[in-house]
Amino acid sequence: MTTVDVPELCLVVLVGISGSGKSTFAARHFARTEVISSDFCRGLVADDENDQAATADAFDVLNYIAGKRLAASRLTVIDATNIQPAARKPLVALAREHDVLPVAIVLDVPERVCLERNRARTDRQFGAQVISRQHDQLRRGLRGLEKEGFRRVHVLRSADDIDSVPVVRTKLFNDLRDRTGPFDAIGDVHGCLDELKALLSLLGYELRHDGEGRAVGARHPQGRTAVFLGDLVDRGPDTPGVLRLAMGMVRDGDALAVPGNHESKLLRALRGRKVQVSHGLAESLEQLAGQDAEFRADVGSFIDGLVSHYVLDGGKLVVAHAGLTEKLQGRASGRVRSFCLYGETTGETDEFGLPVRYPWAADYRGRAMVLYGHTPVPVPEWVNGTLCLDTGCVFGGKLTALRYPERELAAVPAARVYYQPARPFPVNAAAAAGRRDPDLLDLTDVTGKRVLQTGYLSRVTVNEENAAAALEVMSRFAIDPRWLIYLPPTMSPVATSAEPGLLEHPAQAFGAFAADGVTSVVCEEKHMGSRAVALVCRDPQVALARFGAPGGATGAVWTRTGRPFFPPALTEDFLGRLRAAATRAGLFDELDSGWLLFDAELLPWSAKAEELLRSQYASVGAAAARALPAAVGALEQAAGSGLEVAGLLAKTRSRAANAEAFCAAYRRYCWPVDGLAGLRFAPFQLLASEGANHAARRHDWHLALADRLADADLELIARTGRIYADPADSASVAAATAWWERLTGEGGEGMVVKPAASLVQGKRGPVQPGLKVRGREYLRIIYGPDYTEQENLDRLRSRSLGHKRSLALREYALGLESLDRVAAAEPLWRIHECVFAVLALESEPVDPRL
Amino acid sequence: MLLTVTTFAEPGGWPATDLGFLLHKNPARVQSFEVSAGAAHVFYPVATQARCTAALLLEVDQVGLVRGSRGQVPEGFSLGQYVNDRPYAASSLLAVALARVFRTAMSGRCDARPELAAAAIPLQVHVPVLPCRGGAQLAAELFEPLGWQVSAEPIPLDETVPAWGDSRYVDLRLNGELRLADALSHLYVLLPVLDDAKHYWVSPDEVDKLIRAGGGWLAWHHARDLITRRYLAHRSGLFKSAIARLAEVDDTEPESFDNAIPVPGAEPEAEPRVPLARLRRMAVLDELHAAGASRVADLGCGEGALAAELLEDKTFAEVIAADVSSRALEVTERRLRLDRLPERQQARLKLIQTSLTYRDQRLAGLDALVLVEVIEHIDPPRLSAVERNVFGAGAATVIVTTPNAEYNESYEFLPAGAMRHRDHRFEWTRAEFAAWAARVAAEHGYEYRIAAVGASDLRLGSPTQLAVFTVLERTSQ
Repeated sequence: MTTVDVPELCLVVLVGISGSGKSTFAARHFARTEVISSDFCRGLVADDENDQAATADAFDVLNYIAGKRLAASRLTVIDATNIQPAARKPLVALAREHDVLPVAIVLDVPERVCLERNRARTDRQFGAQVISRQHDQLRRGLRGLEKEGFRRVHVLRSADDIDSVPVVRTKLFNDLRDRTGPFDAIGDVHGCLDELKALLSLLGYELRHDGEGRAVGARHPQGRTAVFLGDLVDRGPDTPGVLRLAMGMVRDGDALAVPGNHESKLLRALRGRKVQVSHGLAESLEQLAGQDAEFRADVGSFIDGLVSHYVLDGGKLVVAHAGLTEKLQGRASGRVRSFCLYGETTGETDEFGLPVRYPWAADYRGRAMVLYGHTPVPVPEWVNGTLCLDTGCVFGGKLTALRYPERELAAVPAARVYYQPARPFPVNAAAAAGRRDPDLLDLTDVTGKRVLQTGYLSRVTVNEENAAAALEVMSRFAIDPRWLIYLPPTMSPVATSAEPGLLEHPAQAFGAFAADGVTSVVCEEKHMGSRAVALVCRDPQVALARFGAPGGATGAVWTRTGRPFFPPALTEDFLGRLRAAATRAGLFDELDSGWLLFDAELLPWSAKAEELLRSQYASVGAAAARALPAAVGALEQAAGSGLEVAGLLAKTRSRAANAEAFCAAYRRYCWPVDGLAGLRFAPFQLLASEGANHAARRHDWHLALADRLADADLELIARTGRIYADPADSASVAAATAWWERLTGEGGEGMVVKPAASLVQGKRGPVQPGLKVRGREYLRIIYGPDYTEQENLDRLRSRSLGHKRSLALREYALGLESLDRVAAAEPLWRIHECVFAVLALESEPVDPRL
Repeated sequence: MLLTVTTFAEPGGWPATDLGFLLHKNPARVQSFEVSAGAAHVFYPVATQARCTAALLLEVDQVGLVRGSRGQVPEGFSLGQYVNDRPYAASSLLAVALARVFRTAMSGRCDARPELAAAAIPLQVHVPVLPCRGGAQLAAELFEPLGWQVSAEPIPLDETVPAWGDSRYVDLRLNGELRLADALSHLYVLLPVLDDAKHYWVSPDEVDKLIRAGGGWLAWHHARDLITRRYLAHRSGLFKSAIARLAEVDDTEPESFDNAIPVPGAEPEAEPRVPLARLRRMAVLDELHAAGASRVADLGCGEGALAAELLEDKTFAEVIAADVSSRALEVTERRLRLDRLPERQQARLKLIQTSLTYRDQRLAGLDALVLVEVIEHIDPPRLSAVERNVFGAGAATVIVTTPNAEYNESYEFLPAGAMRHRDHRFEWTRAEFAAWAARVAAEHGYEYRIAAVGASDLRLGSPTQLAVFTVLERTSQ
C-alpha cells in the first residue's frame, strides 16, 4: 500500500485487534483532539480505562462526542477494536447521520506480533485465546466492510506498512471553495439548445462550433465560468445538442455542472436499467438514439462523473439542482445526493398528483448563497439568500442565468412552448407575486442570548431577558418587520461639565472628539420633537416589489421602538407629502432608487407624546404652581408674626421660580397639530436607498440633501441648523460654543456634536457617532425643576456615562450593520436580527436621564 | 408640599393656641425633622387666641431619594420616579411624614390637655394640592362619612392650554368638629388612597401600617373595599421591568407597554368578566373534548386560567401555555404553583414565551391550538403572519374566540363605537368574523364552524364568538 487517502471531512474507524498498534497509528497521523478512544471514554465514565463493564456507557459518550465533532465539520477518528460488524454498525450510522463518509482503516497485524505486544503490557493482559479469537473475527469481517457502508477501506497488512504508510487528506469532490468565479449560473435547460446558445451569447460567451456547425464549446473572454444547475436534458427539442455544448464547456474548463434528477434517470435508462419512460425522457432517448454510440458513452460517463453539488468561492456560494440546506452543504452521503437531485417532499401530493415540496428555502438560515433550479417559477425570487433559476424555459417561460457575484439576472424567452407541464405553469408573474407569503421569521432568529457579528464591532451581545422584553414590544406594538429595516441608536450626552449652574457644556464634546483625533465636527441643532424614521417608496409598485407592501402602504413612519407614528390614513398623507418633496428635490432619480430611508425628528413632541406631557410634565407643573405659592404664603405669614423662617422662605421662593421655568420649558414642546397641519419633519440623515447604505457618508452630504428636501416643502420639512467646528482650534470652538449658548438661551433643546466625517474608526471600534449637549432649561424636564439648586447640581454631577456610551456604540454598530444588510438585499431575518437587537439593547437598565 | 390644620377658639373657651399642646409642637417655634423623603418643617403661620394654624411643609429631596441610601443611582429606575409631582402634591410621602412628626398626637395622647385631646374641636384642614383619582367627588365620598364638610376644587392642568382641562389635583378643604387624633388618622389613610398613584418609596410594611391606622373607622366605612384595593394595587416593586424601560424610550407611560396583565382594581371591569370568561373556557374545553385533542397549546394564556383547567383535566396529556408577555407567564407560573406540582403533573405542562408573529417550532404538530381572546390584540396588518404561523403549525384543530362587536351595544358602560379593552386593535361583527374564518380556512386547508358563547340576544348575537377549525384530510403518499 502506497498511501492512505482520507477525505478532509469524514469519520475514520480504526479496525484492529488488541495490540495491533491503533493508538500509535492514530497519534502519528491525526491530531490528539481528532482521536476519540474507547479506553479514554471508559476512563471518563468509570475511572478505569479497562473496566469492560463500563463499555456501554463509554460508547454512549464516544458517540456523543463524535457526533458533536462531525456536526461541526471536524474529521474524527474512532480508536477502538471495532472488529465485530455489530460494533461498526452504529459508527456507520453516525457517519450517515452527519452526512460524512465512513472510512475504515484496518490494521491487520499478524497474531504473533499482537501477542508479544500484549505480553509487554502491564496494565492489561489478554490471554492468547482472546487475541486469537479477535483475529478470527477481524479476518471474517474484512470482506464485508464495503457492504457495511464504509465508502473507503484501507487494509494495512504488515507492521512495516502500518509504520511507514503516509496518510493523505484529500478534498471532497464538492469542495471547490478555491474557485472564486465570477460565475454565471444557468437554470434548467431541458434540451432548449437555441435558448441556451442565445443566453450564453447574451452573457458574453463566444460559442465554438465543430466542422458540422454544432456548438461544442463556449468561452467567456473575461474568464467567467458557467454553472449548469442540472436538468440539461429531457422534454426539449435538442437534448443531444445541449449535452454536446455543456460537456464541451465542462471539458474545456469553461463550465461546471451539477446533476439534475433528469440526468440521473437518463443515466439509468442509458445503462439499460428499467425506468419509467415519462416526463420527457422518451424525447431524450429518441434523440440520443440518433447519435453515435461513442457520443452516448460520453454522455453516460459525463453524467456519471457529476458531483451532487459544489461549494464555491470560499464557501460563499453553493450550487445544487434542487437546492441544499445548510446542514448538508459540503458533505457527502446518499441523503445529500438525494436532496440535491430531488429536494425534500412533504409526503403529500397536490391536486395534479405531483409531490408537494417542502419549502426548505423559507427555513434557510445559512450564510452561503444557494443557487438552484428544479422547480419552475415565473420569476426568480430571493428567499433567505437562495434563488431558484428554473424559469420554465421548456414550458414556454424563460431561460435564466444569474451573474455572480454581481447578482444580476439575464434571461432569454423561450421561442415557444416545447412541453406541456403537468401543473399549469404560471406565466403571469404579477399574479404570482401578489400571492407571495410574507417572509417567514422564526422565533429562533431573535430569542435567547445572542451574539451578533457586525462589520463595525465584532461581537454585540444581547441578553435573554432583554430579548424577551423586545419580543413583546416587537410583537404587540411594532410595525411589520418588512418595513422595519432600521431602528435608531441611542446617543450619549457629553461628559459632565463643571461650569457653574450647568450639567452639560459644549467644551466636553469638543474635548472628547479632539482626544479621539477628530479634526472636524458638525454641531447640529437638536430638534424639539420625537425621533422618527421614515421609509418612503416612489410608488405602490416599488412598495410591493421591494417590501411586499405590508398593510397596502407605500412606506412607513416609525418611532424608536418601531411603533407606527400615525394611523394608516395619516401615514399615507404624510408619505405623499414626503414623496412629493423628494421627487421635486430629485432624490429618487439622483440616487437611482425606488425608496428612501430618512432619520429625522418629528415636531412637536406633543404630537406623539401629548399623553406623557399631560400626565407627567404638565401635572408636575400644575401641582408645583399651586403648592409652592401656598407654601410661600404660609411662610410669609409666619415671618410676619416673627418666626425665624427666612431661609426656608428664600428657598421656597427659589423653588417657585424653578417651577415656573419648568412649565415654560415643557410648553415649548407643545403646539396644536391637526392632521399634517402644524407638523414639522426635520430629516438629518438619508440612511439608505436601493443598494446603498449612506449612514457612514459625511454629514455635509446628508444635510445638503435635507436642505433640498426642505426647500421642496417649506411647510412640512424643517431645516436643521448647524455649524462646523475644528475641536482643536480655540476660535472655532468659541464660535460653536457661542452658537450653542444662543440656541439654548432662546429656549432651544441643545445640539448634537458629530464627527463631520460620520463614521470614524478609533483604536477600538468606531468613536461615538454623536454627543448631545443639552441646554440648561431643557434639562429641567429631565432632572426635575430644582436640579439647578446648588446642592442638587453638586450631587447630580456624579453621573456615570460608561454604560450609556457603550450602549450607544453597540446600537450604532447594529444600525449600520442592518443597513449594510438592507443594501446587500440580504434575507429579512438577517436584517430583522439587527433591528431586534437594537430594541433589546434599549431595554437594558441605563440611567434614563442620560 | 403643604398641609395646614386650623382650629378656632370658642368664645370663653380654651385658647386656639392650645393646638400646640395637642400636636406637641410649640407655636412659637419652627421645628424641622428629617424624614425618609427629605425634611419636614412644622410652623404656625397664625397663632392667636382665636385662631391657630399649624403648617406641615415637606421638602422632598428627589435627588437623594433616587440615589438611595448609599448615594448610588440604581440602574433601571424610571424617569417618572425622578420628575414627578411628589414634591408638590400630597401623597403617601406626606402621610408618612405626618405620622412621623405627629405620632403622639395621632395616638390621641396629650398629658397637658387630656380633655381637649378627647374632645371634638372645630377643625379646618387645607391641602392645596391633592392628587385625586376618581375626581373631586370621590374626596367628598371618602371624607364626608367621617364627619367632614368637604370642598374640593379642581385645579387646571395648564392654564395656558385650556383645552387640556383639569388636572388630577384638587384644592381640598375640610371643615368639621372632630377629635384631632381622628382627623390626623383620616388624612394619614385617605390621602394616599385618593392619590392612588404608584407609591414609589412605600415599602410593603408601610402599607400595612396605613391600613392598621384606619382600624377604628375603616371597618364600617362604606368605601372600605375601594380603600384597601387601591392600596393593594400599588404594591409593585420599585424598579421598572425591561419592557417598561422600552416604553420610556418611546416617550410613553410604562403601563402602555407593560399591560398584558390587568392591574387588579386599576380599571373598571369592562364586562361581567368572570362569568363570560368562564363560559368561554367551558366552551373551549367542550370543543377540545369533541375534537379528541390530547396535546394542546393555549396561545396567549394570559394569567393562565384556561391552562389551569387544562391541567386539571387528565384528557390533556400535554399542555403548553404560551404568551408573548413574560409578566403573564410569571403570573401563570405563580397561579399554577408550578414549582410545587408533582413531577408527573409538571411534565404535562410547559410554559413558554412565544410570539404568534414568529414561527415557533415548539408549537408544531400538536393536536389543538387555542386562541382565546387573542386575535383582537393584534394589529390587522400583522394578522397574516399570525395566520400563517398558527394555521401552518399543522394542528388538527384550531379554536379561536373573539368579541362580537355588535353585542357591545348592550353594554351600558361602553360609549357607542368604543371597544371593550384599550388594547383591542379591532372588534369584529359576526359577518366580519365569519368572513375571516372562511378565508383563513380556505387558505390553509381547514374547514370551520362558528359557535356563540354567552347569553344570546336575538338581534345582537352573543358577547363572544368562537370558531373551530378542523384540518381537511390531505392526500398522503
